[in-house]
Amino acid sequence: MPKQIFAKLVNKEQLTKDIYKFSVEAGEIVKLSKPGNFIEIRVTDQVEPFLRRPISIYNLNEEEGILEFIFQVKGKGTKILSKKEIGDKIDIIGPLGFGTFKFDGNKKIAIIGGGIGVFPLQELAKQAKKSNIEVDTYLGFRNKEYVVLEKEFKEVSDKLIITTDDGSYGEKGFAINFLEDELKNNNYDCIYACGPLPMLRAVQKMSVDKKIECQISLEEKMACGLGVCLGCAVKTSRSTKEAPEYWHVCKGGPVFNARDVEI
Amino acid sequence: MNTKINLAGIEMKNPVTVASGTFGYGREFSQFFDLSKLGGIITKGTSLKPKSGNKPPRVCETSSGMLNSIGLQNPGVEYFAQNDLPFLKKFDTAIIVNACGSSVDEYVELCKILNTLDIDGVELNLSCPNVKEGCMAFGNTYEGVKEVTSQVRKVLDKPLIVKLTPNVTDIVSIAKAVEDAGADGVSLINTLLGMKIDIDKRKPALANKTGGLSGPAIKPVAVRMVYQVAKAVNVPILGMGGIVNGEDAIEFMLAGATAVSIGAGNFIDPYTSIKTIEGIEEYMKKYNVNDINEIIGDVP
Repeated sequence: MPKQIFAKLVNKEQLTKDIYKFSVEAGEIVKLSKPGNFIEIRVTDQVEPFLRRPISIYNLNEEEGILEFIFQVKGKGTKILSKKEIGDKIDIIGPLGFGTFKFDGNKKIAIIGGGIGVFPLQELAKQAKKSNIEVDTYLGFRNKEYVVLEKEFKEVSDKLIITTDDGSYGEKGFAINFLEDELKNNNYDCIYACGPLPMLRAVQKMSVDKKIECQISLEEKMACGLGVCLGCAVKTSRSTKEAPEYWHVCKGGPVFNARDVEI
Repeated sequence: MNTKINLAGIEMKNPVTVASGTFGYGREFSQFFDLSKLGGIITKGTSLKPKSGNKPPRVCETSSGMLNSIGLQNPGVEYFAQNDLPFLKKFDTAIIVNACGSSVDEYVELCKILNTLDIDGVELNLSCPNVKEGCMAFGNTYEGVKEVTSQVRKVLDKPLIVKLTPNVTDIVSIAKAVEDAGADGVSLINTLLGMKIDIDKRKPALANKTGGLSGPAIKPVAVRMVYQVAKAVNVPILGMGGIVNGEDAIEFMLAGATAVSIGAGNFIDPYTSIKTIEGIEEYMKKYNVNDINEIIGDVP
């Protein structure tokens, strides 16, 4: 059950040129959140920009009631958000999404993220590790400048591979190529993915071909975040041309079983 | 202080309702507040058979507003009657079903069913801009509106409100068609047909290319239309278009609306409708208005 709170910004960190990490006091939301959940932030009390911004949860600190999220400045909403100062109250609704990452019963998992899609995977890795699950993490970034959270993911992974498209940091190439290589001699109970669509499509195809369970976190333009406006539609794999069927990222998702959706 | 109004035969404890398509069937918002506080709930547009809706992207933000092209995705009237109506009936608020169809026959069949349900009224949707057939196709001519409304009137004993599209040259003549066909009220405005282009991708921002514009950006257009229609017809008006607070609601009522609907405003703050009710009461106190009915249409 989501709550609206006005959460105090207690820490703010610029991770790289246009990526910020915010820590807010949000005990009520933290208590209810699961890995994969997201929040909707209203950056102004005026009507411009109009809509809330859906942002994934990066880290939950239950003891201190602190919620952390990371975002990239992409447009006017995130620009206003990035200018908030420590002590400011931020209008947040959360946790949102009934489709969250499920890991119970797994022994060994692979986590694969690309670009800003790596953020919602940290809490998953952390909680899986805490449940004594072996976690291999594959993170891909555009170039050295965009590589973030290496230390944080290292702490919650048994193995961490960082790739950059141009080889300016870590391994050269795409994260999925390294996961694919590993799958030649090894197996995972489940693959968890979040990132750009081409990456998700490749992971989806690979998981279907190799018959490995796979959960993917999706993104779509949305308004309410509550399952009311029906804006953030995603086609289900049961769809036919004559009878398309849609679920919604904010309600059925944002995490879906890769088999169930057409992306 | 009296905030009770009567909209087209429907008694409401206050003039604030929530607009079709912005409140689902109430469940999600009931997590935030007691739905009994609302004057009424206009349900998501409901059709005879389930509808799957349009391809995504279906929404995008625009200046002080948004575009949507949902395509009337809904589970159909049968599902609504079995699953959603019993939930809504738990609350002490007027339930008005927004009814949509793609032919006169479909509207009539749907309203025959709605006539048997325990609801307070029907808002006939002749104005959705996002589906190929029906809706706006009927809603933009005098003859079309009159034909659907009079056929539905024959089968519907409950209060009948017709929701009009603003995408017409002369809103007054369309409202008169509704009145002439025997409707009990008019609801205006639905969204304005609009478009946004993604200049990076050089593509329309919505998969459907065009969509309906809502939010504060359209408020002056909506107020103008409510004002013009109120001066020309005798049936009550449910006014909407960009209302986000009590002051906006009062503006619509002064223009001639008997009740108002909160639409896209529900998306930016789940409590917008509740805050609007409070804002109306504050205005009444400030100006010593004893009965909210006094201000309806009270501008020259």
